[in-house]
Amino acid sequence: MKLTLKIWRQKNCKDKGAFATYVVDNVDPEMSMLECLDVLNESLIERGELPVAFEHDCREGICGSCGFMINGVAHGPERATTVCQLTMRHFKDGDELVLEPWRALAFPLIKDLVVDRSAFDHIIEAGGYISVSTGNAQDGNTLLIGKETADQAMDAAACIGCGACVAACPNASAALFTGAKIAHLGTLPQGKPERDRRALSMVAQMNAEAFGNCTNIGECTGACPKEIPLEVIARMNRDYLLASCKKREDVPTTITPGFELSAKR
Amino acid sequence: MTLDARIPAGPIEQAWDKARFDMKLVNPANKRKHSLIVVGSGLAGASASASLGELGYNVKCFCFQDSPRRAHSIAAQGGINAAKNYPNDGESVYRLFYDTVKGGDFRAREANIYRLAEISNHIIDQCVAQGVPFAREYGGTLTNRSFGGAQVSRTFYARGQTGQQLLLGAYQALERQVHAGTVTMIPRTEMLDLIVIDGQARGIVARNLVTGKFSVHIADAVILATGGYGNVYYLSTNAKGSNATAIWRAYKRGALFANPCFTQIHPTCIPVSGEYQSKLTLMSESLRNDGRIWVPKLKGDTRPPNEIPENERDYYLERRYPSFGNLVPRDVASRNAKAVCDEGRGVGKTGLGVYLDFSEAIARLGEKTIRERYGNLFDMYQRITDEDPYKVPMRIYPAIHYTMGGLWVDYQLQSTIPGLFVLGEANFSDHGANRLGASALMQGLSDGYFIIPYTVGNYLATNKFAKVDESHAEVQSAVTAAQQKIETLLSIKGKRTVDSFHRELGKILWDYCGMARTAQGLEIAIGKIRALREEYWQNVTVPGSGDDLNQSLEKAGRVADFFELAELLCIDARDRNESCGGHFREEYQTPEGEAQRDDEHYSYVAAWGYRGPDAPPELNKEPLEFHYVHPSQRSYK
Amino acid sequence: MSAATSAAEVSSQQNRIVTFWQSTNGKKVVMAVTGAMMFLFVIGHLLGNLQVFEGPEKINAYGHFLHSIGEVLWIVRGTLILAIVLHITATVQLGMRSWKARPIGYSRKEAINSSYASRTMYWSGPIVLAFIIFHLLQFTAGYIHPEASFVEGDVYHNLVSGFQVWWVSAWYIFAIILLGFHLRHGIWSMFQSVGLAHPRHTKTLKGAALLIATLIVLGYISIPISILLGLVK
Repeated sequence: MKLTLKIWRQKNCKDKGAFATYVVDNVDPEMSMLECLDVLNESLIERGELPVAFEHDCREGICGSCGFMINGVAHGPERATTVCQLTMRHFKDGDELVLEPWRALAFPLIKDLVVDRSAFDHIIEAGGYISVSTGNAQDGNTLLIGKETADQAMDAAACIGCGACVAACPNASAALFTGAKIAHLGTLPQGKPERDRRALSMVAQMNAEAFGNCTNIGECTGACPKEIPLEVIARMNRDYLLASCKKREDVPTTITPGFELSAKR
Repeated sequence: MTLDARIPAGPIEQAWDKARFDMKLVNPANKRKHSLIVVGSGLAGASASASLGELGYNVKCFCFQDSPRRAHSIAAQGGINAAKNYPNDGESVYRLFYDTVKGGDFRAREANIYRLAEISNHIIDQCVAQGVPFAREYGGTLTNRSFGGAQVSRTFYARGQTGQQLLLGAYQALERQVHAGTVTMIPRTEMLDLIVIDGQARGIVARNLVTGKFSVHIADAVILATGGYGNVYYLSTNAKGSNATAIWRAYKRGALFANPCFTQIHPTCIPVSGEYQSKLTLMSESLRNDGRIWVPKLKGDTRPPNEIPENERDYYLERRYPSFGNLVPRDVASRNAKAVCDEGRGVGKTGLGVYLDFSEAIARLGEKTIRERYGNLFDMYQRITDEDPYKVPMRIYPAIHYTMGGLWVDYQLQSTIPGLFVLGEANFSDHGANRLGASALMQGLSDGYFIIPYTVGNYLATNKFAKVDESHAEVQSAVTAAQQKIETLLSIKGKRTVDSFHRELGKILWDYCGMARTAQGLEIAIGKIRALREEYWQNVTVPGSGDDLNQSLEKAGRVADFFELAELLCIDARDRNESCGGHFREEYQTPEGEAQRDDEHYSYVAAWGYRGPDAPPELNKEPLEFHYVHPSQRSYK
Repeated sequence: MSAATSAAEVSSQQNRIVTFWQSTNGKKVVMAVTGAMMFLFVIGHLLGNLQVFEGPEKINAYGHFLHSIGEVLWIVRGTLILAIVLHITATVQLGMRSWKARPIGYSRKEAINSSYASRTMYWSGPIVLAFIIFHLLQFTAGYIHPEASFVEGDVYHNLVSGFQVWWVSAWYIFAIILLGFHLRHGIWSMFQSVGLAHPRHTKTLKGAALLIATLIVLGYISIPISILLGLVK
């Protein structure tokens, strides 16, 4: 089939960028969206033009590298599907697809459809872990964890860090991403000792990055390829609220909205 | 070169204890004065960086992706083995050791495997403590399942995303050390050369993939955890970015490359659908626990599967291997799938596929149970193929999945270059000629969490490190060479894209050095690879420049290395005149068509040394001795 | 690492309340609590107003009662004003932040998982505010009286004659419907903001929010409609 791709082209973060339109006429319905871009890129290179840069790695929906907007929807029209697993049979011959990068101040654009999501790493770095050094562990079965608790933790832990939540959120908020990690670790007994500290530190970092705030709208969970539930955000809010009520001296608890700071990085 | 594997003398049960006791320790106050480089941030790299950071070393960790969390360990689905024996079904450290040696078709080192089996239990404990949400029973204990042909339930899992959860655990431990200031994470940066000074590995040359800038990083030791080279075949289950550049450049600096021809073909992948295919998607092997594999008895039977009556179906694995049935090891399952397709009984559009049928299991256990066990895998299959596996049998076909070969390392995981350590899939150490399911995660984490922290310490404590800076002649020549390579690739400006070369290279390898190999075919392959490589350096076209994000240029450098590696892979396969594990030479098979080993002549590790661009590589042999598990013909009948 | 973390560490000496207020999550808690206060007022006010159906004596007596408790009334009014100020301040600050967080918008953006009500909070809020100001000027202060006459203390008369003006009723109904939208998202959202949510209860909670918002809208607009239809004279 034949598709028209309207793709955002931008050389680097300083360039202004604009849409360019390409027609790909040998699209097979079995192809993935990324394979369709591969085909386009091959023909661009052969014509001596620059191929479209897009991020990808595992191409099986788990590494979280890929992602862009297709016709205004993060990861395209299929629910719970990353662009690498989105097959072209979901489109019709003659369709026009608008491909646009994630747009958020916290995700500065690098090139074409590639953005810098290191803000996510900073949030994890601030406290998205359980402080246990190698060799410190007791036997895995010493701690009994009910199946339901383990399942609930797993639901939150399934996050792949692709950034679709931020991209889909009208406020460009990272609440679903941050909430997912707080919920994953906070649900498990192993994560309880650091729960307050984790909530304070991660929320502080989330706010220090250039993300917007959460308005509980739910676009994030609709766009999430792993369908992380919106309730993880409530979990973050609860942990943060309870932790804020307790007196703690040693935690970096604050938040100067870091727009200028983050934007420069 | 004589290869000393430094295996401790004495009983195997005490080897690792003894080795640890014999190792020299680094004074805690001196640890932060030692700098270490870790390349790669998958299970092995992230766990090594985190553990070394915790000990107080000054660590720099590199990855080519935008974040360490993207490493391809994340895609492992099925699980991780450990000798916990929670199900009380006869598991023990010794049995895991025995199964791994046997599964590897007696081409791996006993002592390494024993250590791996011992450490396996600590890995589970460590991961649980980190918050990895392993599957649990209602009573709260950890759940186990049998996996990939094992007769005991020793596999721990987190839905179909075990690799993801283990990697995130290691990634979080790594980020904790980044926060503590002991580890500096350097993403979007690719290692392009190893710096060797006075015989010691002392650093790397790296290139920032966004700015194109080269940088030099000096350290007291370099640890490579860069994964396998399966992408040399172009189509594989590896991530698109997975590459062999780091280990290949280390090979060219003097590290030996061991058993390159030991590649693993995974039996349950979604078949190729067209020319544009960019990678193959694995369906977890756990599916074989309940799915039955079959093809029509008749050649060229194009009826839809549901219309083929029971008595016209050939459940060929159950027929040929009554005791293991559909659970035979990966190499056996893959080879049999190829055999039936070669007979013209393959299914699907291309005739390259076999059915994996759940109808019997659904009838016996109910759709709900099947959905609980494999729901996410079925969804994935349906997403890709648009067929509903609850109603129609899945179509599967083997694909390149894992490479057992890699840089040669001794018991301490040190390569033949002092100070260069290699972990995880990048080394050759633990899986012999075939890896058992759910063992890759185990090895990566074992190397990273529990082995390298000791052995690197021993190396640092027993060696002296002269001060080196960027102006050193060796450093400068390495940088210049790396820069020149990039410039050359950009300046060829030929007619063919990098991908078209890579695809052709992959096809040559798959045809002549895939599931079945012959001496004659390998000769042809070597000739074709050389010719294609020559064309590559004349006719490749790499658009854009070297001073910004240029994904074609990244690929071009990696494919250039794949060409050289492909040749070595074929040379090794040609040289090994036997069949073992994933290496199946058609000339060497039993009358029933099973792999026939030649223990008398080939019970060794083939460790190849680089001798220059046009000279044939040098073969070094590390003889393998089996004191505990005596080599026998593997039988899964 | 990033400049952002160091920013977080520099001011770790701050007062906890200040810190809480500065965080987006803290502001949302404030919005939830103040929202809940206003929600309670909306219910109380509705129950009071519905007395109009019981005739002039009843509702006028209710009006006198409210005035007779002087100080308490002013405490309630003061609290409400503070709640409104905090609610609006937090909204404006958060809105500014969100606006800055996406400097380049999408050329095309589809909503796939959010309710119309939730996406229009930034519109429904200010319009309802404008309405409240008008409403106070009309019925409480009596500055605006498009109706024939405003009689201090005769609640029933003011109400009936006020709503007999068609555009007053129309404006009222329109604003109340928007208030309904605001509440439909707000009632559920406040539980989410303070962290009282669980996947098992979300559906019920959202359903309850829709039901309550609908009842409130119906309750309020029943008054002008009844007056326009001449059921209440």
